[in-house]
Amino acid sequence: MPKLIFEKHVPGSNAFSLPSSEISDQAFSEQIPDQTNFGRIPAQFLRQEAMNLPEVSEVEAVRHYTELSTRAYGVDSGFYPLGSCTMKYNPKINEWAARLPGFACLHPYQPADTVQGALQLYYEMQEMLAEIPGMDGFSLQPAAGAHGELAGVMIMKAYHQQRQDHKRTKIMVPDSAHGTNPASANVVGFEVIEVKSNPRGLVDLDDLRSKMTEEVAGLMLTNPNTLGLFEEEIQEIAAIVHDGGGLLYYDGANLNGIMGVARPGDMGFDVIHVNLHKTFGTPHGGGGPGAGPVGVKAKLLEFLPKPVAVKEGEQYRFNYDLPLSIGKVKNFYGNFGVIVKAYAYIKALGAEGLKEACQHAVLNANYLRHQLRDTYHIPLDRLCKHEFIINSKKQAENGITTLQIAKRLIDFGYHPPTVYFPLIVSEAMMIEPTETESKERLDDFIQTMRNIARESVENPELVKQAPQQAVIKRVDEVTAARKPVVKWEAGV
Amino acid sequence: MKYTPNPPQIVDEMLRTMGLTTLEELFSDIKPELQVKNSLNLPAGLGELELRRVLKNLAAKNLNTDDYPSFLGAGAYDHYFPAALEQLLLRSEFYTAYTPYQPEISQGILQAIFEYQTMICQLTGLDVANASLYDGGSALAEACNLACINSKGKKKVVISDTVHPEYLEILKAYSLSGRLEVVVVPGQDGVADTAGMLSAIDRETACAVIQQPNFYGLLEDAAPVEKAVHAQKGLFIMAVDPISLAILKSPAEWGADLAVGEGQPLGNSLSFGGPYLGFMAATKNLMRKIPGRIVGQTTDLDGQRAYVLTLQAREQHIRRELATSNICSNEALCALAASMYLTFVGGQGLKEIAKRCHQLAVYAEQEFQKVGLELKYKQPYFREFALKVSEPAAANRKLLANGIIGGYELEDALLLAFTEKRTKAEIDKLVAVLGGKI
Repeated sequence: MPKLIFEKHVPGSNAFSLPSSEISDQAFSEQIPDQTNFGRIPAQFLRQEAMNLPEVSEVEAVRHYTELSTRAYGVDSGFYPLGSCTMKYNPKINEWAARLPGFACLHPYQPADTVQGALQLYYEMQEMLAEIPGMDGFSLQPAAGAHGELAGVMIMKAYHQQRQDHKRTKIMVPDSAHGTNPASANVVGFEVIEVKSNPRGLVDLDDLRSKMTEEVAGLMLTNPNTLGLFEEEIQEIAAIVHDGGGLLYYDGANLNGIMGVARPGDMGFDVIHVNLHKTFGTPHGGGGPGAGPVGVKAKLLEFLPKPVAVKEGEQYRFNYDLPLSIGKVKNFYGNFGVIVKAYAYIKALGAEGLKEACQHAVLNANYLRHQLRDTYHIPLDRLCKHEFIINSKKQAENGITTLQIAKRLIDFGYHPPTVYFPLIVSEAMMIEPTETESKERLDDFIQTMRNIARESVENPELVKQAPQQAVIKRVDEVTAARKPVVKWEAGV
Repeated sequence: MKYTPNPPQIVDEMLRTMGLTTLEELFSDIKPELQVKNSLNLPAGLGELELRRVLKNLAAKNLNTDDYPSFLGAGAYDHYFPAALEQLLLRSEFYTAYTPYQPEISQGILQAIFEYQTMICQLTGLDVANASLYDGGSALAEACNLACINSKGKKKVVISDTVHPEYLEILKAYSLSGRLEVVVVPGQDGVADTAGMLSAIDRETACAVIQQPNFYGLLEDAAPVEKAVHAQKGLFIMAVDPISLAILKSPAEWGADLAVGEGQPLGNSLSFGGPYLGFMAATKNLMRKIPGRIVGQTTDLDGQRAYVLTLQAREQHIRRELATSNICSNEALCALAASMYLTFVGGQGLKEIAKRCHQLAVYAEQEFQKVGLELKYKQPYFREFALKVSEPAAANRKLLANGIIGGYELEDALLLAFTEKRTKAEIDKLVAVLGGKI
């Protein structure tokens, strides 16, 4: 087990230094913390308490983080079929672009005429993002998918409030929805009503109709949904919500399944967020940074977070004069560095490339589904979009669970799919290959899944005790939660 | 350019395997009237070389802080990052990974977050830190939200208008939920009006907030507010600058229950405002209430030390609408950059950096005095202050004409920040231009 960086502490080993000071001033005591002032800082503001950061030499620090990286697994390491997360390849030119000093070394408050290139990129991104899902305007401010949801639901609230329609205190969310949907609605102060799925895995229209009252602000929907199925009756769903005075929210987490082929804006969606770190190829960073731009139809434009970039003649600037805006959900203008990468991605692919990416994502998902159906139970075995669900029903006869299959995949060098989600399918395993996997990779995965199915019968203990090949065995999560140790302490 | 590896003959083979002939058949569940006719109205794709030109041209249209000395701060700071940082952040096992939900295959990332949490606890003096939030402003809103939820019905958030104006705007947007009632107390002479804050704090107060240093770079005496809000059983929240904590009193020393802040100065490039990271730390009793991911230490089946995401009963993917926050993706890679930064500069290095920033600011103040310019507020500051200037926009234009990115424009002042990257020569030039000597 590698030592923690704190356990590599050697006093005096860190050789970081600043250029020698060009300023001499007797007012600066070299002894802080102490009881005297430091420069213009009175003693009462000075720190007394010790701050124990590690002192490590540069070479040891480099080796430390390099070793940590070898104990992690990214898309560049291998197949990462994590459902609803769209772990596609992250093009390297995009990383190069975001690090150009002309993007990376811009202060957010520089005058507009010193950042025209950044503003042009930002403006063009607003326009391109509006075209792809068929919306009328975008704000690039939210920092992640859930943050985009938050902004989107705030827009829904502001819209109803502006219309003096104060009784709409509830939001509907399907039982198959991502957990962020009900959580976002709650953070904005809405009560959450769950809409049932029908046996085909789609929104139950009768249930929806019965719940769409004048107390409901709208419906949050993912399409294709988390089962990977397209909501075929989306026009009826939109009509029910709109006739009831509600707004339709599109959770863009699964946009990769229809990108370039169909547009949420054409289906009746009023508000949408997109995940640049899923659909538009920017890396997930081990849990962020992402970006979750929020888009709207014309009637909601004035509620978008501010500022938005505008073009006047050949000049670009930020417009803050948006009196009905929900305000800000984030400092400055959003995760610009991520926006640069997604811009490069869209520019590289173009209209045809985006559509082809979607087609290949759907092809890969259906191919995997087709090839796995003999060995694994597929609860809703029909045409899917970018992802599909299998479960361990067949393997359960030998006492094997979905979690064990997932852990066994680690032994074979794969990152496991999403497991135990969506909640409406028991023992679910949600597989999303994305378009950037070759048939060879898929065939290897299929063979591995078949091998695990065979092991489940012939040698179930092997599967139950997985992983054996990882750097650690299964972990004790119960103790971690009951007796939390959430930081390193000397001597503990 | 495309990143799809399967050529047409393999696509055909895959389709045939499924008994299909065209890719279009894979979309038969979408009604024809809902499908895009022709194609999206976007330009054709570019090859990598063309794309590189487009991006380079756009980047070249911007004046960057690598080429021009900048005195802008106001919530984002131009600090130096050791070169090792950028290379390590390009280890693709870090940056192309997802959230470490599968501990056996993610120990490196989990350990890095655990180390980050420890460092944030060291800086703030508090007991527990999360794995990061989006940025300083949204972290403050999350902290106030937590305070209100935790107080079972109390809604009042008492905050000084000397807090960063964008933080206040974010807080206002979060208060759309109806769970927060934000009372903004006007500051006095650039700092929080203690008397005003105290009279606003009452039994209905869920929390009171002080930013240290505040938006104007000035130091706030947080002690009376801390006493007052604790007397009413509310939480005391501080928004702090992580670099300053090397020399300034920690949130724990001030008696804060929650500390949040903008982590950008720790190893994250300015990047036109993001991605940055928000950090959050709290006292032990709030451990099961704070939003976001938390990594805990445990053991594996062999008894080896191991790390895992823990206390997940707080989070949206488990609790859905009952979660303490909706946050899912955070800013993990930015947090990794922050902990790498702290490792590379070390505790002593961080102190040297903080001291140098202050020394340069004091030097600038002294030099400004020599040319008859003075500070707008006569208060203690850390690395930033407001300089009285009659026409800030004109002053900035003049600075720019002299190759300097100036300060943040206040009504009758320029807010100027001094990091360790600034040299005596740059400050001398700044003073000369603003003092009318150039």
